[in-house]
Amino acid sequence: MIYIITGHYGAGKTNFSINLALHLAKAGENVSVADLDIVNPFFRTADFGSLFRENNIELLSSKYAVSNLDIPSLTFDLTEPVSNGRTLIVDVGGDDEGAKALGRYKNTIGTMPYEMIFVANFRRYLTQTAEQSLQIMREIEAASGFKITSIFNNTNLGEETTPETLEKSKAEAVKLSLISGLPLIYKNMEIDVFVKTPFYNK
Amino acid sequence: MEKMLMKGNEALAEAAIRAGCKCFFGYPITPQTEVAAYLSRQLPKNGGVFLQAESEVAAINMVYGAAAAGVRTMTSSSSPGISLKAEGISYLCGADLPCVIINVQRGGPGLGGIQPSQADYWQATKALGHGDSRVFVYAPNSVQEMVNLVVIAFDKADEYRVPAMILADGLLGQMMEPVSFPEISANKTEKPWATDGHGNNRPHNIANSLYLKPDVLENSIWERDSRYKQMEMTETMADYYCCDDAEIVVAAYGASSRICKSAVKAARDQGIKAGLFRPVTLFPFPKNELKTACRNAKKVLTVEMSTGQMVEDVKLALECKIPVEFYGRTGGIIPTPDEVLAEIKKLNENKGE
Repeated sequence: MIYIITGHYGAGKTNFSINLALHLAKAGENVSVADLDIVNPFFRTADFGSLFRENNIELLSSKYAVSNLDIPSLTFDLTEPVSNGRTLIVDVGGDDEGAKALGRYKNTIGTMPYEMIFVANFRRYLTQTAEQSLQIMREIEAASGFKITSIFNNTNLGEETTPETLEKSKAEAVKLSLISGLPLIYKNMEIDVFVKTPFYNK
Repeated sequence: MEKMLMKGNEALAEAAIRAGCKCFFGYPITPQTEVAAYLSRQLPKNGGVFLQAESEVAAINMVYGAAAAGVRTMTSSSSPGISLKAEGISYLCGADLPCVIINVQRGGPGLGGIQPSQADYWQATKALGHGDSRVFVYAPNSVQEMVNLVVIAFDKADEYRVPAMILADGLLGQMMEPVSFPEISANKTEKPWATDGHGNNRPHNIANSLYLKPDVLENSIWERDSRYKQMEMTETMADYYCCDDAEIVVAAYGASSRICKSAVKAARDQGIKAGLFRPVTLFPFPKNELKTACRNAKKVLTVEMSTGQMVEDVKLALECKIPVEFYGRTGGIIPTPDEVLAEIKKLNENKGE
């Protein structure tokens, strides 16, 4: 199975990708995660190398990730893990800019069955409404040539997130589902591993 | 308004719009690109002009023009780009033109690297341009403070006719935090000097930094210097954490102050009387505030993402009466709270020396 994770940057795509990978790995699947984020060189999936190793998750990332080289290079083949029977999670960069990198795989994984999940955060500035989020979904689809198939409501305020943050966003999430015609998925998935800033003691 | 999740760079840009910035001129560079990207979308919707210049040099000179016309204006870059703007910044100082300059620092010297750094402290506070010129330097340590300081920077720049810099770093620029935008009423300083059309009612206003007579030039420099002195008396800002009884005071600004706060908390948990002093203005440097923070200090530890630059201002402010030590990482490496804690422990063991 192929899961493609997209959304506005800051929606929590990387957080969701990591949690989905751990969730599937614990359920016994052989998981590969591809870090396709060539937009943000700072906070990214490639930072989670050791956590992935502990859980037998394969990480595919640019050989320049987390280095001083700001080079948008992607040197890996996405079809290989799929043909080896692995579950592939593709963590795409934010917005249409990030989604462009996905377009290169249109004729490979784009021809296989995939689930493309839009990660929504209604507390992100300028994507506060269903309409604004739908606009970004359309831009991502246009830039990548892939079709979004479902929506994950990941509404959060970073470290200030409370259960109410998500609760209050549910009406907007349902509205996005209605106007896009796409289902909301993983409504009960626990998000318990977070991308952390380097300010805190381990 | 309800809190929203924003990236530091976006928050700087949105705050500028709300503070009444009408002209932005810039050139892309990692890790500040989102400032320009955000303004390119949002500034025109708010009655402003976004222009991607052909270079950093062009951008800062466009800022000169807009500032001369009395408009709130801003440019943004990262370390190597700021060096390119140096000449223009000196001209802005020489012509007494207010503006806001953002530096989201990365590793240097030269092209250095794209990871966060604080190695432009000397450049920002001592010699951003040539001549007897200074600028306000504000050092935020959270996304919310990036919002608040942009507003203050615009107001103070106008009030003193001195450019103001926001000295951030790649970590602050790229991180996401919840922010709210307080009601901002753009402070309207009268600008009778602006070159905005005399309408045959007054003589021409000229924005200029060239003086043909040395004595006239000297007078203008001393007059400007008196404003710098006034800034040092009334415009300093600082923040304290657990300093009241602190024997070991850590001095740090920006992103490293957050790392240090974690380290100070951990030190307190282990019974060490540690505190954190955080300058918010780097020029003017909050000397008296530092002295107050160190009233019970036996040792001071300055922590920076550089080889040690602010440490000199800390020593000067304390008149070398308290030993000042330094710990730093540089070249894009961020110190960890554990590393800082180890330094605090080391100083605590030798605090009697």
